[in-house]
Amino acid sequence: MTLASNEISWLIGGPQGSGVESAANIFSRACATLGYQIFGKREYYSNIKGEHSYFVVRVSDKTIRSNINQVNLMVAFDAETVFRHYSEVIKGGTIICDLDLFDAKLDEVRTIDAPFRARLLDQLNKDSIIVQDVLDLAKQNGVRLCPISFRSVLSSVADQLKMPHLKGMIRLFNVLGVSFSLGIMKMPSQSLLESIDATFAKKQSVAELNKNAASYAYNYAAAKFDDFPRLLKPTSKNPQTILVQGHQGTALGKMACGCRFQSYYPITPASDESVFLESNEILDVKENRPGSTLVIQTEDEISAMGMMIGSALTGTRSSTSTSGPGFSLMAEALGWAGINEVPIVITLYQRSGPSTGLPTRHGQDDLLFAIHAGHGEFPKIVYASGDVEESFYDTGRCFNYADEFQLPVIHMMDKFLTSSVVTCKKFDVDKITISRGKLLEKIDGKYKRFAFTEDNISPRSKLGLEGGIFWNTGDESDEEGHITEDPEVRIKKMDKRNSKLSVVLQKIPQDEQAVSFGSLDTCVISWGSPKGPILDALEMLKEEKIEVGFIQVKLLHPFPADRVKSLLKGVKILVDIEANQTGQLGQLLKQHVCEPDYYVLKYTGRPMTSTEIYESLKKITEKKAQKRQVLRHGA
Amino acid sequence: MELKVGDYKTEVHNDWCSACGDFGIVNAIQMALCEMQIPRHRAAIFSGIGCSGKTSHFVNVFGVHTLHGRVLTFAQGAKLANPDMEIIAVGGDGDGLGIGAGHFVAAGRRNLDLTYIIFNNGVYGLTKGQASPTLKLGEKTKSLPTPNINYNVNPIGLAIASGFTFVARGYAYDVRYLKDLIVAAVRHKGLAFLDVLQPCPTYNDINTRDWYAGQDQTDEITQKPRPRIYKLEDTDYDPVVHYDEESELNEKLTQALIKSLEWDTKIPTGIFYKNEIISQYDRRIMDKIPNYLENPPACQCISASGRPTTDLSKILDSLSV
Ligand SMILES: Cc1ncc(C[n+]2csc(CCOP(=O)(O)OP(=O)(O)O)c2C)c(N)n1
Ligand code: SF4
Ligand SMILES: [Mg+2]
Repeated sequence: MTLASNEISWLIGGPQGSGVESAANIFSRACATLGYQIFGKREYYSNIKGEHSYFVVRVSDKTIRSNINQVNLMVAFDAETVFRHYSEVIKGGTIICDLDLFDAKLDEVRTIDAPFRARLLDQLNKDSIIVQDVLDLAKQNGVRLCPISFRSVLSSVADQLKMPHLKGMIRLFNVLGVSFSLGIMKMPSQSLLESIDATFAKKQSVAELNKNAASYAYNYAAAKFDDFPRLLKPTSKNPQTILVQGHQGTALGKMACGCRFQSYYPITPASDESVFLESNEILDVKENRPGSTLVIQTEDEISAMGMMIGSALTGTRSSTSTSGPGFSLMAEALGWAGINEVPIVITLYQRSGPSTGLPTRHGQDDLLFAIHAGHGEFPKIVYASGDVEESFYDTGRCFNYADEFQLPVIHMMDKFLTSSVVTCKKFDVDKITISRGKLLEKIDGKYKRFAFTEDNISPRSKLGLEGGIFWNTGDESDEEGHITEDPEVRIKKMDKRNSKLSVVLQKIPQDEQAVSFGSLDTCVISWGSPKGPILDALEMLKEEKIEVGFIQVKLLHPFPADRVKSLLKGVKILVDIEANQTGQLGQLLKQHVCEPDYYVLKYTGRPMTSTEIYESLKKITEKKAQKRQVLRHGA
Repeated sequence: MELKVGDYKTEVHNDWCSACGDFGIVNAIQMALCEMQIPRHRAAIFSGIGCSGKTSHFVNVFGVHTLHGRVLTFAQGAKLANPDMEIIAVGGDGDGLGIGAGHFVAAGRRNLDLTYIIFNNGVYGLTKGQASPTLKLGEKTKSLPTPNINYNVNPIGLAIASGFTFVARGYAYDVRYLKDLIVAAVRHKGLAFLDVLQPCPTYNDINTRDWYAGQDQTDEITQKPRPRIYKLEDTDYDPVVHYDEESELNEKLTQALIKSLEWDTKIPTGIFYKNEIISQYDRRIMDKIPNYLENPPACQCISASGRPTTDLSKILDSLSV
């Protein structure tokens, strides 16, 4: 496997808290402003300072939607990055490595845990190793080494700026690493400087310092390695492109579609969304005074849920955002919203469970939990987005579903989506529609909140609406909302609420339920974030004249069995791909449609790459695969 | 047209045990709403789960009967989104000080402008008389198999320590005075807490009507029963924090805490603490969102002919490459 001609896969690693993330942002933005497509992902431990974190950024002049296994340019200014990632760098690739690290011993890297250490020693068949050993190995495998002393470059920068204290500012190693990379690649330096300005827009002096260091480092590397081939040919720029972080899709979607209340309790990886909403809490409104999103940090997720429901009862579009542990705490109130027919949207950024699990890692563990969350039988919608761009528009849909069908909607997202940085088409606010369903602005005559109607959806009043007084209760209730235990009323109310699920299936358009990217003899079926890696893998297969189809299920509950059945007509081999251990979509398919023939699953906590999916699908098409394949790539 | 007390009553059948203290409280709420002439659609009763939780169904304003322990969370969400609503949250002592204690403390820190009434009967009424967090150590009410081995929560003290800015106690059988306290609580600018001593004739055979009336203790001078309940306003107690100085604040906080410990033979009712100097939550929001009160979440215009009116162009431009 080699990389496509006009693309690179760049990796930078370093201790958590040392600025790896801003380095990756500077790199991504510099490339994106030159017109390249970006797909970056961030991996980190549940730790604030010290543990290994890294960023892999793929840059291409074609559309890309995923990472690949291979790295062809790696920057390492700490030993751990070399030990953990040297083997990902492919033949013909390059490692820019801090010269001062060469003697560092594996045993002395405190943050490398025992299982990894043992595996590495085993692979090299040695009792102890130093950085030089693995670099030699890389070299033997055809990797080019570009050794640079980061410390002496920093020292020269300090001398040049007459700021001796800079010599010890190893935080700047990050920006040096980015600048060496771009310098070696001979990417225009202007984009680097502009990107630094944009990244530190609010900190002018930091920006200046970084730019000075960057210029020096860029020129230094460009001169030192001037024989280096130009990896990326210039490309043209699409003016309608944005560079977004994963959580911004749902956050901007919420702003656009009129969500004006968000309560939350901090949890990885969901809180970035709330923090972004709060950072942009005042909203411009066309031809009107400014609006605002009220973002409330609550004492726990139970309160986040209660506050959101209370707010929704006033007619305000309201939401919360959480991850597995928080969602577990929300289950009781979810049922309350169900029985009282309150429209709410819960954005569920999944991570690896159970319990605390792998708290900063990816997983799609909570599909069946979301579907079954809450005691008793009540209707809800579970809807999943496959990528960041989709998540913006889907957020708008979720609020419409909530309002139209008067029920809780769980919008499934995950850690992979939220910690990716991607280029995509600028979000188009005008493509979002807002439908408030049967929300009333005025009441005529006697009002009953849960009046029986033909479609089982009752006109909805809101707190404060004159003449629209209602009662809510978690008990079974009559049409006004007062407690009843009458067996006949119970049947009518249960039937009223639960029959909304069939209304959902009738009213939600087919292509919002499940999307077909071709249903062919061999067909992949999946939900959520594997979409990007799957589509990229299918393109790789296509280049080898292997055609595989793909169905993306977006509405997971109520399950769109008819839609999926019709899309699967004629499919001979069905492959379920998802990031969990038990194949949860597969279980739904078994229940509603048919059992998949193959499962490709990943539950290491690391996101899937297109390479892995390509390889496993290839095995399947060659009939060499087992029914269940487990993917393992990623440190 | 003037609203009468009857306008605030629903026709819902009330299934509380006869002589339950809850009747007094619901009457006082209805009378207070009537006295303040709050339009029915501008008031909402949020309630928890328990015998006390049914209160919202008996008052003819918006009624939201929530979950066990969570009433304050729902109530605050509604108030935040629509600050125009007059919101009274009610619930049992188990609801608010047991399962919901975390929300109680967090609500105090916020100081939203609403009223919270706890029906303090010393027991879990609706689950048949287990000990509630306010039952004293060593007491054994009639359905407890053995005496209570937990120390009691001091609701007044906890409210003060948590940051409630109006803290008072009422008695369920003194409906008129309770009504006055509810009016004062609702009119208070900030979060008001009302601890209402509520006899539960069915399960609490210790804190009974007779006990509160002091039938078991005699006044040495008159030789008549000496009632336990008395009013702070009949003494020289001044609950109000008058000016913004640490010494004044500390004095009023400590005196209220000390008062809250009075119990066995004399039980104070009335206002323990009142502080309108501490900023209300809506003011704190307005420091960030200046037009919050004028254009709160519930009133914002979000669409025109089915399309968003929100203009995201500035943010989207900043993301453009
Ligand atoms: C989560 C949850 N746990 C337990 C219960 C059962 N439960 C119903 S009422 C109640 C206690 C009620 O006591 P209190 O709050 O003091 O109200 P009271 O009945 O005394 O007015 C309990 C534990 C419940 N409804 N929900
Ligand atoms: S059990 Fe007690 S609190 Fe509940 S209704 Fe009966 S008397 Fe009132
Ligand atoms: Mg009680």
